[in-house]
Amino acid sequence: MSRVDTEQQTAHPQENSELSEEILSPGKIAWRRLKKNKLAVIGLIILITLSLGAIFAPWLSPHDWTDTEASIRNSAPDSEFWMGTDDVGRDVWGRLLYSGRISLTVGLAATGLRLLIGVIMGGLGGFYGGKVDTVIMRIADIFMSFPFLPLAITMVAIMGPSIYNIVMVIAIIGWPGVARIVRAEILSLREQEFMEAARALGISDRTQIIKHLLPNCLAPVIVAGTLGIAQAIILEAALSYLGLGVEMPTPTWGNMLNAAQSMHVVRELWWLWIPPGVCIFLSVMSLNLIGDGLRDALDPRLKE
Amino acid sequence: MGKFILRRLLFQVPVLLIGVSLLLFLIFQMAPGDPMTQFFADSQMPASEIERIKELHGFDRGPLYQYWDWLTSMLQGDLGYSFDRRQPVTDAIAPRLAPTFMLSFGALILSLIVAIPTGIISATKQYSKLDYSLTVFSLFGLSIPNFFFGLLLIYIVGMQLGWLPISGMTTAAVEFSFPWNIIDVLRHLIMPVIVLGLSSTATFMRYTRSSMLEVIRQDYIRTARSKGLKERVVIYKHALRNAMIPIITLMGFQLPVLFSGAVITERVFGWPGMGTLQIDAVHARDYAVLMGVNMMLAALIIIGNFLADIAYAYVDPRIRYD
Repeated sequence: MSRVDTEQQTAHPQENSELSEEILSPGKIAWRRLKKNKLAVIGLIILITLSLGAIFAPWLSPHDWTDTEASIRNSAPDSEFWMGTDDVGRDVWGRLLYSGRISLTVGLAATGLRLLIGVIMGGLGGFYGGKVDTVIMRIADIFMSFPFLPLAITMVAIMGPSIYNIVMVIAIIGWPGVARIVRAEILSLREQEFMEAARALGISDRTQIIKHLLPNCLAPVIVAGTLGIAQAIILEAALSYLGLGVEMPTPTWGNMLNAAQSMHVVRELWWLWIPPGVCIFLSVMSLNLIGDGLRDALDPRLKE
Repeated sequence: MGKFILRRLLFQVPVLLIGVSLLLFLIFQMAPGDPMTQFFADSQMPASEIERIKELHGFDRGPLYQYWDWLTSMLQGDLGYSFDRRQPVTDAIAPRLAPTFMLSFGALILSLIVAIPTGIISATKQYSKLDYSLTVFSLFGLSIPNFFFGLLLIYIVGMQLGWLPISGMTTAAVEFSFPWNIIDVLRHLIMPVIVLGLSSTATFMRYTRSSMLEVIRQDYIRTARSKGLKERVVIYKHALRNAMIPIITLMGFQLPVLFSGAVITERVFGWPGMGTLQIDAVHARDYAVLMGVNMMLAALIIIGNFLADIAYAYVDPRIRYD
């Protein structure tokens, strides 16, 4: 008996010290958890490195990526051109850095637009239910019945290849996945007591959706968005590899890989296609790692 | 169960098919000009004659009429006429079906064969070194763009090592007799199937692992163990059956992924399937073929998902669709 008492007594101060710790916002808790996830940190480091390379491209490349030099076409990497030169004598290293700007921006922009459409559609469907929901979800089903790439190729073929059309196409084809996530989340939130209170207080639909429901959907949307950027980067690269992506000569990693359509380039000129491929792989992998890490970090059911 | 199948077959499947065809039609309405304009671009025919032919084919009518015309002829198995290839679209697609199926189903089967056993091992030896390396492998598979992986294989296995042919479906200009012609195709098939199957393998592996982990924590597994059953029997007989249920749905979801991947894999390896046909059609602005191929793929996916739903309801008696 007494032993139990002393144990309880010693336990108390500890509890107090825990209570006196700062109260963490959900964001801070997630960040702390993410920092403990080794793989996610590796992903973060890779992504930051790639982004810095893209941002500071002009300072990191000794040669202007647009300069063509006929005398040094297709030359192998050396001390002058760290990653060699391409078929018109442009510096591959410089192009690689500038490509990062376009490829990463296209991924971000396409995913941003995709999330915007998906959140609006999923939010409306989930909140209003009934006919609105049925119509939106049937349209989503129809989009999801198509294989991604063939539909994207077809739409680009009709709209014409350009940076803006690529962003549009990725968003238009990809929104149903996001809409489904948001809808499912809102359907379950709608039944909870705080929403009942919101309705009883006569808060407008708009405020209910924007202030009360959407912030609670943030976690799955952030995860879907992170993984979505990775998908968008791959899709842009695939389209550009096929010559249907961003118009030449804008450098993107996919456009650089387009050179590898020729088996001669694959066999003899590895520096033209392996570096951009590795960059796509690294950016996609880092985003996948961060996305997985965020999924665990943002899960309120997991306790530290 | 019968009611559920019937309801899906009578309502959901047709609604999706009509929706898919309508969406495709709307997309193609955005295209500039009509296919005939291109067809007659460099002909000497007088304009009045061209107009007459356009009328004959219904290009002067409204879009609603054109859609109805396309839909009704599609239901009779007519996907339209390719003015670029000067043959019916069905004739253009037909010889491409077998190569694409060979590739896609080869990849699906390979990914299941690799992913399910490794996924199980990963789950039963959670947090072991093996589990860790399999997780890294699946991460690799999900992150590498398949065309880049294909190019790497071509470069290393095809060019440096010279083990496998790098392009096409058969060796050009050589006639093989019976067993060797099949072996020749299989040799051409190996690399494309690995490339196309990689991301599916990674996906299946992840799902098998997490599904298995969930199942082996359940009470009935503890019961089976406490009965003194061998671990092998517990895992492969009791746990596996329930762990595989979500994989069936996933197989339905993998169809679009496989068809997407097939387009670019075919391009990389010069495989004469529907993907190659589609990319040729894009460059020729052959909208009839593009429409036909997309419609075909969407229909296959809708049917595939329908079958996955039925299989799911069949193997899991807990599911009741009422």
